Amino acid sequence: MTDHVAAPPVIRSGGDIAPRPRRLKEHSILPGFGLSLGITLVYLALIVILPLAALALRPWEIGLDGVWRTLTDERVAAALKISFGLSLLAALTNAPLGLLIAWTLTRYEFPGRRIMDALVDLPFALPTAVAGIALTALYAPNGPLGAMAAKIGLKTAYSPLGIFIALVFIGLPFVVRSIQPVLEDLDRGVEEAAQTLGATDLQRIAYVVIPALGPAILSGVSLAFARAVGEYGSVIFIAGNMPLKTEIAPLLIVIKLEQYDYAGAAAIGLAMLAISFGALVVMNVLQIALARRGRA
Amino acid sequence: MSFRPAASTDEALALEIRGVSKQYGRFPALKNVSLQARDREFLALLGPSGSGKTTLLRVLAGLEEPDAGEVRFGGEDFLALPVRQRKVGMVFQHYALFRHMTVAQNIAFGLTVRKRSEKPSRSEIADRVADLLSLVQMEDLGKRFPAQLSGGQRQRVALARALAIEPRMLLLDEPFGALDAQVRRELRRWLRELHDRAGVTTVFVTHDQEEALDLADRVAILKDGELIQLGKPNEVYEHPATPFVFDFLGQSCRLPGMVDGGRLRVADWETAAPAGAPQGAVEVFFRPDEVDFAPADGAGLVAQIQGIARRGPDVRIDCLVEGATMELQAHGPSLPTGVTSGLPVRIRPQRPQLYPAG
Repeated sequence: MTDHVAAPPVIRSGGDIAPRPRRLKEHSILPGFGLSLGITLVYLALIVILPLAALALRPWEIGLDGVWRTLTDERVAAALKISFGLSLLAALTNAPLGLLIAWTLTRYEFPGRRIMDALVDLPFALPTAVAGIALTALYAPNGPLGAMAAKIGLKTAYSPLGIFIALVFIGLPFVVRSIQPVLEDLDRGVEEAAQTLGATDLQRIAYVVIPALGPAILSGVSLAFARAVGEYGSVIFIAGNMPLKTEIAPLLIVIKLEQYDYAGAAAIGLAMLAISFGALVVMNVLQIALARRGRA
Repeated sequence: MSFRPAASTDEALALEIRGVSKQYGRFPALKNVSLQARDREFLALLGPSGSGKTTLLRVLAGLEEPDAGEVRFGGEDFLALPVRQRKVGMVFQHYALFRHMTVAQNIAFGLTVRKRSEKPSRSEIADRVADLLSLVQMEDLGKRFPAQLSGGQRQRVALARALAIEPRMLLLDEPFGALDAQVRRELRRWLRELHDRAGVTTVFVTHDQEEALDLADRVAILKDGELIQLGKPNEVYEHPATPFVFDFLGQSCRLPGMVDGGRLRVADWETAAPAGAPQGAVEVFFRPDEVDFAPADGAGLVAQIQGIARRGPDVRIDCLVEGATMELQAHGPSLPTGVTSGLPVRIRPQRPQLYPAG
């Protein structure tokens, strides 16, 4: 036995003992890691990274100075403020409304529930320009809802309120569809436990249901926010597009492009990208923190 | 600290259930069930799945409304009270803990949701949580989240949470169903001790007859939504009311027999019929380990031994009796005298139970 144990290591042609290769990842029993990662990287590069890299490079043609001047231009700053401010407001508005709709769809049985469930997806499916024209027709000063709002002194279409309405419309399904499956899977026993412990219906929802839905609500809100920031079609009809007042950043980009100011357009785009990315990172971190609390 | 509910003057009866029925669509879950529990009694609801035991428990908690019947607790109409005013402590099979709250927050929940006027102060709540944590032997784990606990620990937290509201009645829905055998047995002992200390009327649902017989003051056996038998564990074990109860409470052997003039005849064996035995054709039931063995030329039923297998502390004896295979059991390391594989012996059930045949 002993002479076998002492057998010398096989010497390769190079003379060195091949070192154990350093692994970049834990060995997985599932085959196909290399192939899957390769396809993922190529796909991401073509669809996401390359266009974004081009966007990131383009503005510097006009120099740091030019970029700074473009972004500090009164009209651009106002458009960015309107886009991000109203997008956030619309996404946050959709949180309680989306929760209520998801609740109604999962917790109650009533005729037409399935049809209502399908209706929620319509803002996904409709070409946004069609939605924009429909909303404008409704909310314009001579439209049925716009006329009613005008009576109480509210200007809906051609005002920031109009932009807000359009952004709520396109963001709603993101919130509902994020919350709904989690709500469906929520253990009823947990709510029953809260009831037997003396919680009122409101306390049960506030302390038990909503915290359990927290990560889902946040994820729906960030999706709706991201979508709203980039929204163009549905907004431009209802917005009125008055510079400094109701002009959104994506529209300003289109205007710059039409003026062959590619670098200026790219500068605004890059600014939007940076702000959106920052906002999404914050929301994701929050969401992970929320989700971890209950799992760890 | 005392976990006693507000002193009830009626020592005798705490819970009265009268004629409770419940139907799910066309499926009757409970059929005219009536039973009572005394103050501080530990009552087990035992039955196979679909017997209605959990439905009955949920009716007591207020989570289901019966179609008919009456439930009174301490003389009060319980069905008129909404769930949150019944002050029952409910423990669920899958713990139902609040995942986003720490153990301490879970236990405090029932106190923190109270109306401002009835809510204990922050320090009182903290004291009470600390007391309950020590009661369930988890003093150091108050800051953990439920996901960081084992199944047994989670169920102890659920129990502490239920006790925090000083419940008038404790309801347990298969609380140990999701735990492994070892933990189950430990928690079972512990639960009984806890009940004796806290002195709360407890209703416990289980499908495990060993658990029910071991834990409860009285056992209610349900089948298909009906109450079949109610009694102390040894009463129901020794005198099962029906063949179903006999079967459900443990392993059973059965043979056809005949009762005539106070004598029981099974094949060529004749003995005195037990008191109160039905007349005519009967089914004779007995436990596989409650059998006396006799030599082949003695008195009893002829059993042809076919195989002997040791199973831990017990010995399983496979034999042929009256043309049917039967599995008998003997305890301890040594075999009963005369039992040899391949040879016949005579057997006599020690405590046969007789039920009318058919």
